[in-house]
Amino acid sequence: MMQASGTHALELVVDGRPRARVGLPAWAVSWLQVAPVAVVLAVLFVAPTVLFLVVSFFDYDRVGMYPAFMLDNYVEVFTTPATLRIYLSSLRFALIVWATTLFLGFSIAQFLVFHVRTARMRMLLFLACAIPFWTSGIIRTIAWIPFLGRNGAFNTMLLDLRIIDTPLEFLLFSDFSVIITYVHLYTLLMIGPIANSLSKIDKALIEAARDAGASRFQTLFWVIIPLARTGIVLGSILVFTQVIGDYFVVKRMSGGQSASIVSALSTEIQAMQFPPASANAVVLVAFVAVLVAGMMRIVDVRKELVS
Amino acid sequence: MDDRRPFTFYLLAGLMALFLLFLYGPMVIIYVLSFQGPDGGVTFPMVGLSTKWFGDILRPGQMADIPASFGRSLLLAALVSVLTVVLSVAAGLGFRRRFPGAGLLFYVAIASLVMPSLLVGFGISLGFQMLGLEQGLFTSALGAQLTWTLPFGLLTMFAVVARFNRSYEEAATDLGANAWQRLRYVTVPILLPGIIGVGIGAFTLSYDEYARTTLTIGSHNTLPLEIYALIASDSTPVLFAIGTVTTVVSFTLIGLTLAVVLRLQRRRSMRMA
Repeated sequence: MMQASGTHALELVVDGRPRARVGLPAWAVSWLQVAPVAVVLAVLFVAPTVLFLVVSFFDYDRVGMYPAFMLDNYVEVFTTPATLRIYLSSLRFALIVWATTLFLGFSIAQFLVFHVRTARMRMLLFLACAIPFWTSGIIRTIAWIPFLGRNGAFNTMLLDLRIIDTPLEFLLFSDFSVIITYVHLYTLLMIGPIANSLSKIDKALIEAARDAGASRFQTLFWVIIPLARTGIVLGSILVFTQVIGDYFVVKRMSGGQSASIVSALSTEIQAMQFPPASANAVVLVAFVAVLVAGMMRIVDVRKELVS
Repeated sequence: MDDRRPFTFYLLAGLMALFLLFLYGPMVIIYVLSFQGPDGGVTFPMVGLSTKWFGDILRPGQMADIPASFGRSLLLAALVSVLTVVLSVAAGLGFRRRFPGAGLLFYVAIASLVMPSLLVGFGISLGFQMLGLEQGLFTSALGAQLTWTLPFGLLTMFAVVARFNRSYEEAATDLGANAWQRLRYVTVPILLPGIIGVGIGAFTLSYDEYARTTLTIGSHNTLPLEIYALIASDSTPVLFAIGTVTTVVSFTLIGLTLAVVLRLQRRRSMRMA
């Protein structure tokens, strides 16, 4: 193998081929390299998004939809009291899950990066956190049902230990089970980016803070957290958008008591009411875009990632 | 330096242990329940032990045809994985230089990643309907999944490429390698562990995907969609058996990948020595 590539190189020198024979400017080479991804995203992401933006202004009845420019679909979205209620409910879930996963994710990332002493152990623990993420989200969701149910493993355990006399009812098909499932599904989305940020921090800075008399708490708040903000922001964006975009967990784990923005939308899609569904979709996209843009203002994610 | 563990170590170690218990506990319960006896239900107690529910998976039922959808999922995941690797490796290399439109493309990729998944599928299915095209596994569903795996592949490649020392490429050029030889014998072998990571990541993302696929699949379901349909209609341990099997498939893939990556690294470090 080594031999072969060695002779290759030699032949080329003997041939006397010029080293840089491609006449394309560097940016054009980059264009060719990114073109396939750009085309796929343009056709399958940008164009469909523009399409439902257009359709959101269409007229419709029970048989079909008709090109038009009317704002009725938007008027309907903003005048239905359910809209605000669903947005507030989804936002509440997102905030609770965000706070919980941020606390858990930051603590675990900190443990992995600063406290675990061998690289092998760190790798092992990180894999232990990451592996469930590569398995089915649907299965991980329904896995909570036999655990949290009225006759579930958790209630049985508490009854056997005589901690409670009657099974706890609030565990399953409630806001509680929805939040637990989200935390279970998405904490890794915090751990990954935060651990990545923490591992880039120069340890000397932390020692310097200690030497200058900062307490452990002060070091955390004034040195570590500011330096880890890229990971925190990235993780927050991922967790927030996953919860806002969810329709399966809420449907399955709330027992029909709560709706999410997207589950309401999917009902409209199933009823083939595409123009009002599109108007809802546009409002949701605008909402997510404002949230993400707001978080991205805190750090220049692109600069941190690409370079 | 003081070698004693600070008290925060024990605090955080405890939290880590609890988190792992939280992560794996419920899953272990469904693996155990998938061996439920023939008369048992979806909760404890176990009424005997059996593999009845695994047998039921193979029987094409009234509700769902699990084996056929499993085959479709594997095929689609393989295709998505290959396309994601080729396209995102190329783009990852392209992003190393500044080029006009780099910022725009980056933000489009991020937007594609954070867009509520169902909406992506909705837009694509709307497009197919308006163009009068029929949706299918290798057209609309493949496309919908790529809007999810490509940004993921691209972000992974950014991390992989950031650790790559360009002087290896310059050395190859100085030694007379042409662009293809440089890619084939220098760049790709060095980036290989990361590239395998992108491939396996895309495979599992596709294999488990349902939110983007549900509106774009056409008439024949993938496995997650079949499971999704089954959840609404079935309440026997057969669901748990399916869960166990799909987890075994995912774990096998992860295990194989890790083995390959570790082997590559070992071979490389031996060569260096």
